[in-house]
Amino acid sequence: MIEQKTKQRHYTWTLVGLGAGLIAAIIISFMLGRYPVPPKELFGILLSKIFPIEPFWAERVETVLFNIRLPRILLACLVGCCLSTAGAAYQGVFQNPMAAPDILGASSGAAFGAALAIKLGAASRMITASAFLFSLITVSLVYFISLRAEGKRVIGLILSGIMISSLFTAGTSFIKLVADQSSELPAITYWLMGSLSGATKKDVTFVILPMALGLLPLFLLRWQINILTLGDDEAQTLGINNNLLRLIVIICSTLITAASVSDRCNYFRPVFGMIGWVGLVMPHLSRKLVGNNYIYLLPATMIFGAIFMLVVDNVSRNLLATEIPLGILTAFVGAPFFIYLITRRGDSF
Amino acid sequence: MSVIVENLSFAYDSRPVLDSVSFVAERGHFLSVLGANGVGKSTLFRCILGLLKGYRGSIWVEDQDVRHLSPREMAKRIAYIPQSHDPSFNYTVFDMVLMGTTGQVAAVSSPGKKQMALAEQAIERLGITALHNRGFNQISGGERQLTMIARALAQNAHVLILDEPTANLDFGNQIKVLSRIRSLAEEGYTVIQATHNPDQTFLFSDRILALKDGRVLASGSPSEIVSTDLMQTLYGVDIAVQSLYDDTVRVCIPKAAIQRPVR
Repeated sequence: MIEQKTKQRHYTWTLVGLGAGLIAAIIISFMLGRYPVPPKELFGILLSKIFPIEPFWAERVETVLFNIRLPRILLACLVGCCLSTAGAAYQGVFQNPMAAPDILGASSGAAFGAALAIKLGAASRMITASAFLFSLITVSLVYFISLRAEGKRVIGLILSGIMISSLFTAGTSFIKLVADQSSELPAITYWLMGSLSGATKKDVTFVILPMALGLLPLFLLRWQINILTLGDDEAQTLGINNNLLRLIVIICSTLITAASVSDRCNYFRPVFGMIGWVGLVMPHLSRKLVGNNYIYLLPATMIFGAIFMLVVDNVSRNLLATEIPLGILTAFVGAPFFIYLITRRGDSF
Repeated sequence: MSVIVENLSFAYDSRPVLDSVSFVAERGHFLSVLGANGVGKSTLFRCILGLLKGYRGSIWVEDQDVRHLSPREMAKRIAYIPQSHDPSFNYTVFDMVLMGTTGQVAAVSSPGKKQMALAEQAIERLGITALHNRGFNQISGGERQLTMIARALAQNAHVLILDEPTANLDFGNQIKVLSRIRSLAEEGYTVIQATHNPDQTFLFSDRILALKDGRVLASGSPSEIVSTDLMQTLYGVDIAVQSLYDDTVRVCIPKAAIQRPVR
C-alpha cells in the first residue's frame, strides 16, 4: 500500500512538472518571434489584464501578443494535445503500440477529404466536415478490414492501415494532379504540409468545440481504456461493454484528429494540415514517464503533446527567415523515433 | 447450486460444437473439464461467461439465468482467468489486479480507495506482494497466473472460470497454482477449469466433466472418471491408469510408451 502511494505521488508530481513545463513553454513562446518581447513587457501586459497597470509598452506589442501570438500558441497546444491523445487512445483501443492517427489512415483520410473539398471549391466549414467524414471512413474501413483479415488482428490492423492509407494518399495525389495549377494546387500542397502561420482567434473558436467534444469523453473514460488493451473477451468479463466503449473511443479520437488536421477558416490561409508522428511519439515518451496506466498516461500525453507542438512551432517560425512546415519538422523527430521503436530489443511497452 | 448448465447446445454457423451439455457445479467445488483439443471446452466457457450469446438451453449462475445479463452484472458473478498471454502493454502487477475491480465503479470513474484496498488484499492473499510494482510482462508464467487469480479475487465474484491455468507452466509452478486454486474452492469459491492433465484432476478436483464431440461423455468424482476405459475413449489412445498410494493418486500411462523396448 505504501509502495503504491509513493508511486502515485511520484506520477502526480510528474504531471505537475509537465504542467509547469507547459506554462514555461507558453511564456517563452510569447517572447519569441520576429518582434521579440522582453519579459518585463510581457508580464506587464499579462498582469494589466487583471490589475490596473499604467502601460509602459507600445500598443503595437499588445496587439502582436493577443492577436497574433496567443491564437497561434493556443492552436499549437490544442493540436499537439489532440494528436497525441488520439494516438494514445488508438493504441489502447486497438491493443497496438504502433497505432497512431497517421498509421490508421485517419490523417490521410482527412487530407483526402480536405483536398477533395478544396478541388470542389467548398467553403471552409465544408472542408473541415469533409475531412472529418473521410477520416471516419478510413478508420472504419481499416477497422472492419482488419476484423476480416487472416491471422493476427494486431498485424491485420497495421497492414490494412497501410493499404487504406496509401489508397487515400494516391487519391490525394490524383486530386493534386488534376487541380488547377495556379489556384488550387498551392492551397492543397501548402495545406498538406501543415502550418500554424496566420492563426487567428476565429481559428481557435472554430476548433475548440469539436476538440472539447472529443477530448472530454476520452479523459473521463481513461480508466476503461486500460481494460480494452486486454482484448475483447477479458474486457467483457471484467464488466465492460467493449463494443460500445470501443466505438466511443474511436469516434472521439477520429474527431480530434480530423479537427487537428483540417481546420481552415480562410480558404487562402491554410492552418494545420498533415502533422505526422506526434500521435505515435508523444504517447510513448509519456509511457516512459508515467507508465501505461491511462489514469496518468492520458493527462501526461495531453500536456506533453501540447509542449512538443509548441516547441516545434517555435522552431518552425524562428529558425529560418521563412516558416518551416510543421510536418517536415515532426517527421525529422518522428522517423528516427519509429526506427528506435521497431529495432529495440525486448518488449517493454 | 452455483452454476447449472441445462441442455446447452451451440453451433458456429451450421457446425455444431456443443450438443445438449448439462452439468452442475456446486459452491465450494473444484470442477475440471477434460476433453481432447477442439472438443468444445472453450466454447462451453465462452457461453457460460456470456461471450457467446446464440446458444440453446440455459445457464444459471447463483440462481440467476445469465442469458440477458449485462457484462457488468456478469462480472459481479463470474471471474475469468484466461490462458496466459502477453498483453500489448506492460502494466504493473498492481494495475493488472486493480483492473479486476472495474465492474464496481462507474464507467466514467476510476477505482478509488476501496478498490485499491481490495486489490491490495488479493495480492497479499496470493502471496505476491513482492511483485507489486513489477511489470506483468516481465514476471514468470507462474507469477502471471497468480496475478490473474488475484485479479479474479479483486473482482469479488464467487465463480472462477480458468482456461488451462497450468498450460505453459513448469511442474513446480503447476502444483503451486493448482494448490492455490484448490484452497480457494475450499474457501467457498466455485471453480471450473479446463485442463489436459487427468492425473492432476484426480489430485486436485472434486468433480470431473468429460467432454467428447461436444457431448458429456461422463461426469462424476475423479475416482469414477479417471479410469482406463474412459481415458482411452476420451483421448483415443491406449492408456493404462495405475493407482498408487492406496488410490490417493492415479497416473495415466500411454501404453505405447511402456511397450517400447528399454534403451
